[in-house]
Amino acid sequence: MKSKRFYRYIKDISAVTGSLILIIMLIGAIFAPVIAPRNPYDMENLYLKDSLLPTIWMEGGKAPFILGTDDQGRDILSTILYGCRTSFTVGFSVILIAGMIGITIGLLSGFYRGLLETVTMRLADAIFSFSTTLIAMLFLGVLKSHNVGTVILAIVITDWVRYARTMRGSVLSVKEEDYVSAARAVGASDLRIMLKYILPNAIPPILIVAAVDFGAAVMLEATLSFLGVGVPINKPSLGMMVSTGKNYIYAGKWWLVVFPGIALLLIVFGINLLADWLREEINPKISKGKVS
Amino acid sequence: MYKCIFRRLTQGVVVLLVVSFLCFIIFQFFGDPVLTLAGRYATKAQQDAVRIKMGLDKPFYVQYFVFLKNALHGDFGLSYVAQTPVLGLILERLPASIELAISAMFIALTFGIGLGVLVSLNPRNFMSRIIMSGSLFGISLPTFLIGILLIMIFSVIFRILPTFGRGAVIKIAERWRTGIFTIDGLRHLILPAFTLGMYQMAVLLRLTRGGMLEVLREDYIRTAWAKGLSPRIVIFKHALKNALIPVVTMAGLQFGELIAFSIVTESIFQWPGAGNLLLTAVYETDHPVIVAYVMMTSIIILFLNLLVDILYGYINPKIRYE
Repeated sequence: MKSKRFYRYIKDISAVTGSLILIIMLIGAIFAPVIAPRNPYDMENLYLKDSLLPTIWMEGGKAPFILGTDDQGRDILSTILYGCRTSFTVGFSVILIAGMIGITIGLLSGFYRGLLETVTMRLADAIFSFSTTLIAMLFLGVLKSHNVGTVILAIVITDWVRYARTMRGSVLSVKEEDYVSAARAVGASDLRIMLKYILPNAIPPILIVAAVDFGAAVMLEATLSFLGVGVPINKPSLGMMVSTGKNYIYAGKWWLVVFPGIALLLIVFGINLLADWLREEINPKISKGKVS
Repeated sequence: MYKCIFRRLTQGVVVLLVVSFLCFIIFQFFGDPVLTLAGRYATKAQQDAVRIKMGLDKPFYVQYFVFLKNALHGDFGLSYVAQTPVLGLILERLPASIELAISAMFIALTFGIGLGVLVSLNPRNFMSRIIMSGSLFGISLPTFLIGILLIMIFSVIFRILPTFGRGAVIKIAERWRTGIFTIDGLRHLILPAFTLGMYQMAVLLRLTRGGMLEVLREDYIRTAWAKGLSPRIVIFKHALKNALIPVVTMAGLQFGELIAFSIVTESIFQWPGAGNLLLTAVYETDHPVIVAYVMMTSIIILFLNLLVDILYGYINPKIRYE
């Protein structure tokens, strides 16, 4: 069974492409301090006379600035690598924290029903209609101090309902299975039933949610930083690089926007390819349908 | 059905109360209104005078009720920066935002559903594959990147479309300034509307395709074909109507996103709408404007959701509104 799934994975071009893209980006992010030609946030290395240099293959480009420099003289390639670190940090933190909160609340409210379920589901309805993006923007807009932590917090405060909702749905359908009644009949405790019999069977749909959510979180961080309410100016972020670069596109300095944009696109595109494959693998009937 | 609408309305009121309470907390605990109004160098006595004048010396719950009462009368106070009533500021900007949002939604629905149907009819052919890859790009590109790429292509490279502001506007019905009746206004609308609509379009396209693929396999569709009905009737009347149910749900859930991304779009294109006003208010810590914007969007979102619920009953009579 396991090897069959692996075989199908290897055969699926988009799944393999997605994973490869993600792995390359992840390696770039993790080893940024080693790979990056420059440390873009080391003030001693910045020279204003190096600012707004074009890429190395264009006229006026110079080594080691392969993809050119921004308005502060920072090496674009290095800043992108450091920016990817922020993206991955936010992505992983969000799915881990929101996932844990959501899975716990979803499991409890599906298992015990009652008031907890009603409150959670009404809250989920309200949050869904306002959207995570809008609430995060307003939350950070009111907040005065910004850092990576507050960005993660702003996303997590609403994002957990995605997991809670999916989890509750799976719990409700799994709960009535014979093996759960059997476990209860032999005297298993509630906790044991939840963790050992219900949770493992409710996990696959959660994986799809997590994959889609990872991409959404990365995009949201970039959007928030683009608007100036995300990570602070002295921290690397792909969204902020695009925000800086947009002032120079009329001057034809496209590399300030295009390369960070491609990096962002690759991360999100990679995870979405993987999510598509996961969706078909777990639920072959619905193919490439729902996105959130 | 009326019972259901009534229940949704009560739920909406509860949500609004919660939102208003959160807004009130923003007012109270983030930034000191006394300091803002009396000025940084006011003496203790002057500060106290402002505090009493604004009722800030009263207990917490009294202040909340005063806030609620004023909000119900449409009084959200004066903008700290512009020193004019906040509601007026927002209402003045709202037409531009509504125009942009409706155009974007129109683009998303027509192209999303249209292409989705097209792709579902021949899922394996070359064109469909291209469209589907395109849609994957559509959901992988954040709105701000779409906007900037469109500017680079259509304004910087080809120089055919403007990227800044609303263009020529004319006034209709007293207050409503609109750009959709002038060529210049329409030209200014194209890029922002596509920027805002692109993501939703990709989402709706994928949903429509998924729904159609499932429905087209059903027995009643085979029967419809066997009866010799024209493709137009089978596809649009028998299949699409049933495939649209999840699409409508999704489109309904997207209003919040649409408003959020309209903030981004308006900032990129300097569109003079409410989203841009909000961003300025955020940068200048103008809390009354933020609070009024939040209340306003909450009401709009809740109203639109109610509308979608009612519409839902029309396309899917199986839903009985218990």
